[in-house]
Amino acid sequence: MITNHDIVMIGGGGAGLRAAIAIAETNPNLSIAVVSKVYPMRSHTVAAEGGAAAVIKDNDSLENHIHDTIAGGDWMCDQDAVEYFVNEAPREMIQMEHWGCPWSRDLDGTVAVRPFGGMKNERTWFAADKTGFHMLHTLFQTSLKHNNITRYDEWFATKILVENGRCQGVTAIELRSGKIETIAGKATIMCTGGAGRIFPFTTNGAIKTGDGMAMAYRAGVPLKDMEFIQYHPTGLPGTGILITEAARGEGGIMLNKDGYRYLQDYDLGKPLDIDDPSHPVKKSMELGPRDRLSQAFVAEREKERTVPGSYGHVVHLDIRHLGEKKIDKKLPFVRELSKNYAGIDPVYEPIPVRPVVHYMMGGIDTDINGATSLPGLYAAGECACVSINGANRLGSNSLTELLVFGGRAGKAAARFALDAPQLDKDSLELQTADEQNRIIRNFFRRERGTERIFSLRKEMNETMETSAGIYRSEKSLKETCDKIKELKDRFVNIVLEDKSLNFNTELTSALELEFMLDVAEAIAYSALERTESRGSHQRSDFPERDDKNFLKHSMAYQTNTKPRIDYKDVVITKWPPGERVYGK
Amino acid sequence: MAETIKLEIFRYRPEKESEPTFLTYEVPFLEDWVVLDAINHIKDEIDGTLSYRWSCQMGVCGSCGVMINGVPKLSCAAFLKDYYPDKIRVEPLTGFPVERDLISQIDDFMTKLTKIQPYIIRKRGEEKPLDEGEYLQTPAELARFKPYSMCINCMLCYAACPVYALDSTFIGPAAIALGQRYNMDSRDHGRSARQELIASHEGIWECTFVGECSAVCPKDVDPAAAIQRAKVSSTVDWFKDVLIPWGKKK
Repeated sequence: MITNHDIVMIGGGGAGLRAAIAIAETNPNLSIAVVSKVYPMRSHTVAAEGGAAAVIKDNDSLENHIHDTIAGGDWMCDQDAVEYFVNEAPREMIQMEHWGCPWSRDLDGTVAVRPFGGMKNERTWFAADKTGFHMLHTLFQTSLKHNNITRYDEWFATKILVENGRCQGVTAIELRSGKIETIAGKATIMCTGGAGRIFPFTTNGAIKTGDGMAMAYRAGVPLKDMEFIQYHPTGLPGTGILITEAARGEGGIMLNKDGYRYLQDYDLGKPLDIDDPSHPVKKSMELGPRDRLSQAFVAEREKERTVPGSYGHVVHLDIRHLGEKKIDKKLPFVRELSKNYAGIDPVYEPIPVRPVVHYMMGGIDTDINGATSLPGLYAAGECACVSINGANRLGSNSLTELLVFGGRAGKAAARFALDAPQLDKDSLELQTADEQNRIIRNFFRRERGTERIFSLRKEMNETMETSAGIYRSEKSLKETCDKIKELKDRFVNIVLEDKSLNFNTELTSALELEFMLDVAEAIAYSALERTESRGSHQRSDFPERDDKNFLKHSMAYQTNTKPRIDYKDVVITKWPPGERVYGK
Repeated sequence: MAETIKLEIFRYRPEKESEPTFLTYEVPFLEDWVVLDAINHIKDEIDGTLSYRWSCQMGVCGSCGVMINGVPKLSCAAFLKDYYPDKIRVEPLTGFPVERDLISQIDDFMTKLTKIQPYIIRKRGEEKPLDEGEYLQTPAELARFKPYSMCINCMLCYAACPVYALDSTFIGPAAIALGQRYNMDSRDHGRSARQELIASHEGIWECTFVGECSAVCPKDVDPAAAIQRAKVSSTVDWFKDVLIPWGKKK
């Protein structure tokens, strides 16, 4: 069966919903589809905690937000995109306010802001510490106003359909029935989020398996800057549950096993006393950028100054001095999560934390309109790389990014759809039949498979963490590249116990693993080829930044063998590369 | 040998079975495991055919609601140690049709959610242009509706609701709470549009304020209070409409 729309969103998180609403508001006659493997309000935007950045207060400036973002990204950001992003951010955030987002407020009724890491001024809007949750539900509920948005809830997209040189929709499985169908669109927008599940310790939910990135990669679209993986310095051990940076923005401090504020040893400034009215100092100590804080953890570990625990070593995030009242008002979720999942009450005890994989700076290569190299295919949000995050994303830019670029990609895709020729329906149906055969052949007909999904996933997780984690080297990365190749070969022999059609989550797990292996391959090879250290990509064998050779985006193309890595210049407009300075 | 715990899990695959059955699985008992960890262990290492929903593992995505020993709970927030050494019985949420295994169909809720108009409705001509900035809202005004905005749509309150169990046309706790969330938002003018739906159905008058919904809510939304408030509002509206029609100016 084939259903037709003008624009098809793959993914119903923040970016997908923002795009859908943008189209519905500007073109009420267009038919819009939102295809999501979960009900939209389950999307992982829901888990974002601390806030979303936009300049709103008089003491701040657009220039400051631009500079913080570019320096935070170690000059890998495209500056035209950053400038557009920062200029549009306040308007998008006010739009969210008008749609009802319950932003925390100052006493005069204006929106309140808090500081985050790497920021010269406080500019993070927040809804207590459940900002992503409130933004997602506000967007989802607002989307219900528009009856030209058709939702495909719990439909799992498996393949981008390319016909006549342009993207014309996707093949997707309706999970309830197991039917494989064509959802055709004159334009398609990938909004599938990140791929943190490639790693063992991650803040990402089970659904973050890089589906959209892998589908685009398979369709010949390059994945850009995939080596840049953000470790968030404060995840709970074991589960990887995020303890928001807002905990440090409100004054929380990081301590090693001796109760020493170790960040002062890593060129991040000198600590002020917690009772000093100037604490916490912006762009200093605990409010340094995420990459530097995660790297400091590894160094502390090597100095044997971390605390051993049942899920590896940890350090302590101490917010006790904030007091119960402030913690309950500003960080209630931090308290709830710490009590439930770390077994401690942060009002009385420090929180054990370690760096955990949080965010992918890289993704589907797009221009400033969200357009990819494949006509008709757009991307926005974490699955895309536009790129405003460079080599290290600044905390609280990602929620704003999905609004700004979700909206922009939506409008661009609508313009494309209005001018696009008719869909090649017959050919699309044939392609879907092929895809159906592929899935049946690979996952249902194979009787002699021996490989279990779980084992392959675990081995992938292990190699990524040990060899493509916070610090990498040629030796470690070559091992990972070989290991991923081996896992891809073994994937062919995967066995499914479940041969049924109705809500077969073993099948979707297998398809997700296949997506993750492709994305892992792009990460490992991009990291191997980048023989410099920049932002979140730290090579122990090439410890210096090398602007002469690597002020360039890596572009990974899938081939029949290993990926081909090309490069594209970073767009530098007004802010020439400089040193990243924190704590001064 | 390491300690273990048994889980008795509701299994139903409509393609293969005409009746649901229970299968018992034995999994390692770890002090810090939640029921979801045990279910994931079963899926990964014992029986790949078990289907269930989950994602965030931190109690905010709302996917993983199930009945645990007869009580609606998020499986990511129910700890094995609270049941050990007894067997744990896991079933899909009651009150909903079963899709398969632990997965219930929530289409009915999604329809009701849309009907309650959960979005800001401004009087015509009173929309503030974006260029003029945000609507002002004091912390006190925010606090009035904030608790009702915390609903994660996990459906535990429906599974606990004695009225919904008997009459599935009842719009139900979470949807009413969400309607109230917007009704009480200082930026909203849509109360009368929503009130019609909330008050039109008998269900709301059958709710006896037993408060089962609020007792199971993992986010302290207190839908029972929202329902009570909606009843009072409806009574006041009726009073204004019928007895003092000139009082409708507002």
